[in-house]
Amino acid sequence: MPRGPKRHPYDGIVAVSPATVPYQRFSKEAAHWWIARALKQSLDGAGLGPRDVDGLIVSSFTLFPDSAVGLTQHLGLTPRWLDDIPMGGACGVVGLRRAARAVQSGDASVVACVAGDTNHVDSFRRMLSSFSRFAQDASYPYGSGGPNACFALLTDHYMRRFGASREDFGRICVAQRQNALRNPHAVMKTPLSMEQYIGARAISDPIALFDCVMPVAGAECFLVMREEDARAAGLPHAHIRATIERHNAFPEDPIQMRGGWEMDVDELYAMAALKPADMDLVQTYDDYPVIVMMQLEDLGFCGKGEGPEFVRAHDLTIDGDFPHNTSGGQLSAGQAGAAGGYLGLTEAMRQVTGSAGPTQVKGARNALVSGFGMINFDRGLCSGAVILSGDGA
Amino acid sequence: MTDPLARPPKKDPQVRTRVPTRPSHFRSRAALGIAAAAAEGRFMLQVCEECGAVQYPPRDACASCLCVALPWRDVSPKGRLIAETTVQTSTSIYFRERAPWRIGTIKLEAGPSVMAHLHGDLAPDGEARVIAMLDKSGQGVLFAVPTEMTPNMEDDPQMREMTSDPKYRRVLITDARNENAPALAQALADAGASMVFIGEAESWRPYPHRAALAAIPNVDILPMDVTDTASVVELCGEIGGKTDILINNARFVRPGGILDRADVAFAREEMEVNYFGLLRLAQAFGPAMRGRGADGDNSAAAWVNILSVNAWSNSPDYGLFSASNAAALSLSQNLRADLWDGGVRLLNVFTGPTEDEWHQPLPPPKVAPAAIARALVAGLRDGLEDVYVGDVAKDLIDRWRAGPKILEREMMENRGASS
Amino acid sequence: MNQQSGAPLLGELALSIASGAIRVVDLTHTLDPDFPVIILPPEFGQCARFRMEEISAYDHRGPAWKWHNFTCSEHTGTHFDAPAHWISGRDLPNNSVDTIPVEQFIGPACVIDCSQGAAEDEDFELTPAVIQAWEAEHGEIPAGAWVLMRTDWSRRRGAEYLNMREDGPHSPGPTPEGIRFLIEQRDIRGFGTETVGTDAGQGNHYTPPFPAHFYLHGAGKLGLQCLNNLWELPPTGAVLIATPLKIKQGTGSPLRVVALVG
Repeated sequence: MPRGPKRHPYDGIVAVSPATVPYQRFSKEAAHWWIARALKQSLDGAGLGPRDVDGLIVSSFTLFPDSAVGLTQHLGLTPRWLDDIPMGGACGVVGLRRAARAVQSGDASVVACVAGDTNHVDSFRRMLSSFSRFAQDASYPYGSGGPNACFALLTDHYMRRFGASREDFGRICVAQRQNALRNPHAVMKTPLSMEQYIGARAISDPIALFDCVMPVAGAECFLVMREEDARAAGLPHAHIRATIERHNAFPEDPIQMRGGWEMDVDELYAMAALKPADMDLVQTYDDYPVIVMMQLEDLGFCGKGEGPEFVRAHDLTIDGDFPHNTSGGQLSAGQAGAAGGYLGLTEAMRQVTGSAGPTQVKGARNALVSGFGMINFDRGLCSGAVILSGDGA
Repeated sequence: MTDPLARPPKKDPQVRTRVPTRPSHFRSRAALGIAAAAAEGRFMLQVCEECGAVQYPPRDACASCLCVALPWRDVSPKGRLIAETTVQTSTSIYFRERAPWRIGTIKLEAGPSVMAHLHGDLAPDGEARVIAMLDKSGQGVLFAVPTEMTPNMEDDPQMREMTSDPKYRRVLITDARNENAPALAQALADAGASMVFIGEAESWRPYPHRAALAAIPNVDILPMDVTDTASVVELCGEIGGKTDILINNARFVRPGGILDRADVAFAREEMEVNYFGLLRLAQAFGPAMRGRGADGDNSAAAWVNILSVNAWSNSPDYGLFSASNAAALSLSQNLRADLWDGGVRLLNVFTGPTEDEWHQPLPPPKVAPAAIARALVAGLRDGLEDVYVGDVAKDLIDRWRAGPKILEREMMENRGASS
Repeated sequence: MNQQSGAPLLGELALSIASGAIRVVDLTHTLDPDFPVIILPPEFGQCARFRMEEISAYDHRGPAWKWHNFTCSEHTGTHFDAPAHWISGRDLPNNSVDTIPVEQFIGPACVIDCSQGAAEDEDFELTPAVIQAWEAEHGEIPAGAWVLMRTDWSRRRGAEYLNMREDGPHSPGPTPEGIRFLIEQRDIRGFGTETVGTDAGQGNHYTPPFPAHFYLHGAGKLGLQCLNNLWELPPTGAVLIATPLKIKQGTGSPLRVVALVG
C-alpha cells in the first residue's frame, strides 16, 4: 500500500458533551425514541438546542424503514451535513472522523454523532437473518448461531494457533466486570469470578455465556465542534490526536487473525506523536474477548499471538497497570446495537476530561479507542481507532 | 466414530407429530449456483473467466479483478478444517431443535475459506472433503466430510438431515406391473428400507414377475392403479402416513410420433398414466408426506419420479411419450415447490431408452432396470434432485445445457436412427 | 297398429310389477373401476377401463350438490354390441346404437344353462349339439329371441374372470357352428354371455376368428356381455330389456340390462 501525503491533523477540532441514555434490556419504543433522548441529553449538556445542530451522523440497526434522512424530519433538524454510518462497532470512530473533517473544512459547525437502537423481543433474530448478503448465503444457514458462532470459530482457531486458553479470555471478562461494578448504568451488577466464567453455559463451543454481550436498548451521543466554540461555552472537551479506518483488511487471511488496525497502526501513533506506552487507558471493541486480544496485538501493545501472555501479565482493571474498558465494556455494560460502537468513545471522552466519576482512571490524559464490526460473512470488515487526549480533571 | 442409526421405534400414537421447520432458505441469485450443483451431487464454485480466481461466497464480480464473468465450474473439494464450533443455542427453531450442531471453517485447496456443516467423523485440523448438499430448506449448503469413508458414515445425524437415505424408511413403489419393479424393490430392500409397499393395478390380469416381486424381503403388494383416483386415495388412506419415500415408476409408453398415429387414444393413456397418474399420487400422498418431513429418523424424505430424459427434448420417434414426460417434468417442478415447506426432496431420475419390449428394436446402449435402481438409491443416499442414468441420458442433458435449439435439430436429424 | 289394444296389457304389467307378480331381475354388474375389461395385444388400442372423477361433494367445489365425471369405453362392464362394432356389419343399415330400431331392445330370452360344462371345462363350447339338447327339453328357440349362455362365470372374481394365461384368456363361448346355427337356423335377435365377450376366450383361434362377433354382427344381430344373475332366469319366458345409450354412431354402450320374470 503506497503511503499517501501526510495526514492532515485534527488541530482545533474537539469532541464534547458525551451522553449515554441508560440501557434497558427490552423496550417497546422505537430506535427514533432512543436516538432523540441521547441527542437531547448531549445538547442539554452543551447548553444547545436542536436549531444549533447543522450536522447529523447516525448509526442504528433498528431505524428501518428510516435512515438518517427520515430522522431529519422526524426530529425537526435541518442539517447541512448528513451521514449514515452502517459500520457496527466501528461507527463511533468513523462517525467522529466524518464529523471532524466536516467541521474542520467549515462544511458544518456543530455535528451531532449519535447511535441508538431499540431491542424488541425478536429484534436480534430478525437482524441476524437479514444481516448481509454473504451472511444470508454463506454463514446464517450453518447452524444460525449468529455472530456467536462466527466468533466461536475465530476463537477456536486463535486458541489452536496461538495456544490461548479459556482462562486467558476469562481474565479480560473478569476484569471488565470488576470495572462495570463501578458503573451505575452497567446492566451486569454482580461480580464475575473465573470459576463462573469457565463454568458458564456453552453458547457455541468454545464460547460460553460470559463471552457474549447482552443485547439491550440504548443510545449514545456526542458533539463535534471547533475548539474555540467549546471553550467559549466553557465545555470540557477531548482533542483528536489521530485516527485510522480500514475495511476488508487482509482478505487473503484464511480466517480472521488480525484486523485492519495492523495495516495503519504506525500511522496512528505517528500522527499523534505518541507511543502505545503513552496511553493511560484503552477502550477496545469487546464484542468477544478474542477480538479484544487481537486489538491489543494489532494496536501495538504486544506481538501477534502474544495476547494471552499480555493479559496474564497485566491488570486490566481501572486501578491496574493497564486500565481497559473502564465502564465495563459491552460485555458487562450491555450492547445497545450500534451504540456499542460509541460506548468506548463516550467513556474515553469522560476519562480524558476528568469527568468519568466512579470509573475515573487517575490522571488520565491520553486514551486509545478502537472500533470493529460488521461480520459480513466470516470476519469483521470494519475497523478503526482514535487517540483522544484531554486536560484531565 | 459415527454410531450406527438405531431402528426407529414405533410411533407413539398419543404424541403430536413434529411440524417441519427449516433452516433459512433465503439466498441471493448468485448463491443459488451452490444448490444447482448440489442437486446433482457436484461441488462447483464460480471461477473468474479473466483471472481464474475462485470465488466464495458466491458473488456478482470477481474479488480480484472486478470481472463479472464468473462461470460455475467443478472445483477440487479438498481442504483443511482450520476452525470449528458446536452451536449450542440458535435463533433458528430448526437448529434449536437439533442442537448441538457442529460447523467449521474449511480452507479449500482451490483458494477460499468456506463455512460448512461438519460430519462427526471429521477430526479437528483434519483433511476434509467438501460436498455441496441440499439442506432441509432445499437450499445449497456445504458439508465437510473426512477424505476417507468411515463406518456408518451416512448415519451421522447432520448428514441424514441432508439426505433421503432409505435406511429404516418405508417405501412405496407405485407400479408393480412395470418390469423394473423387482429391481427397484430389491435395491430398496438392500439399502435397508424397513418396508417396501408396491402398488399393483389390475390384479385381474397376471404379469410374469409377480412371484419374484412377492419373494423380495419386506415387500407388501397392495392394490392401487394410478389411473383410478379412488384407488389412489384409498391406498393413501391406508399407508399415506407411513410413506417415507414414494417412487413413482408408473409408466405408459408406446412408440410413435404425431403422424405415426391416427388418433389420440395412446396419447391419452400416456397422459393418463405419466401425467395424471403423477398428479393423483401427488394430491393424495403429497400432503401426508409434507406434514411428516420432520417426523423422526424415518421421516418422510423423498418423492422420486422415473422420467424419460426426452422430457427435456422431444424424441420424435417417441414423440407423444416424450410429450407426456415433458408434462410430468413440469408437474414435478410444481410438486417440488409444494413439498418444499415440509423438507421433502423431489428427485427426478432421468433415463434414456430402457431395456424392454417397447424399445426392443433400438440399438444399445439401453438402460436396464438394475441400473435405474442403483442410480435411484444412490440419488436418495446423496440427497439429490436430478439423476441421469446411462450414457444416452447424460449425453442428452449435456447437449441440452449447451444449446437446446441445437439439440432439437439433432433430435430431428437422428430420427429413425436411434432414440 | 291399434294403440288402444295394448293399453290394458300395459296396465296389468304395471300392476304386476308393483305387486311382485312379475319380478324385475337386474342382469347388470356395477360399473366399477376394478371390473375387468377385454385385453387386446398391446399394439392395438385398448378398451378403456371405467374411471370416475369426483367433481364436487357438497363442498367448496359445489356446495349443495355432488356429481362425477366418468370415462369408459363403449364396451366396458355390462355392455351392448351393435352390428357396427364388427367389420362384417360395417355396411348394414341401422347398425349403430342410435339407429337400431328401439323395439329391438325389448324381447324374449332363452337361457341355455352351460354352468355345469363351464365348471368342468373353462373353454366350454356352445355347439349345435348342446343347443339342440336344450331344445329337446325346452322347445325350439323362437325367431327374434335373445339367446343367453349361462355359465355362472359372473360369480368369478379377480384374475379368474378373464382367466388370462400365457396363451391368452380361457372362458366359454360358441363355436362357429353353434353361433351360425342360432343365426341361420333360428334367426335369433342377439346373443348374450356372462364373460367379457360373446366369443370364447380362445375365440381368436377359430376360423373365422371371433366367430360370434363375425357372424352375429354380419347378420345385423346384437350382442350382450358381462351379464350377471342369469341363474335367476327361467330357461324360457323371461323378457329382456336392454336399451343402450343413444350414442352418435356408437358401436355399443354400457347399459342396464333387466329381465322381467313372471
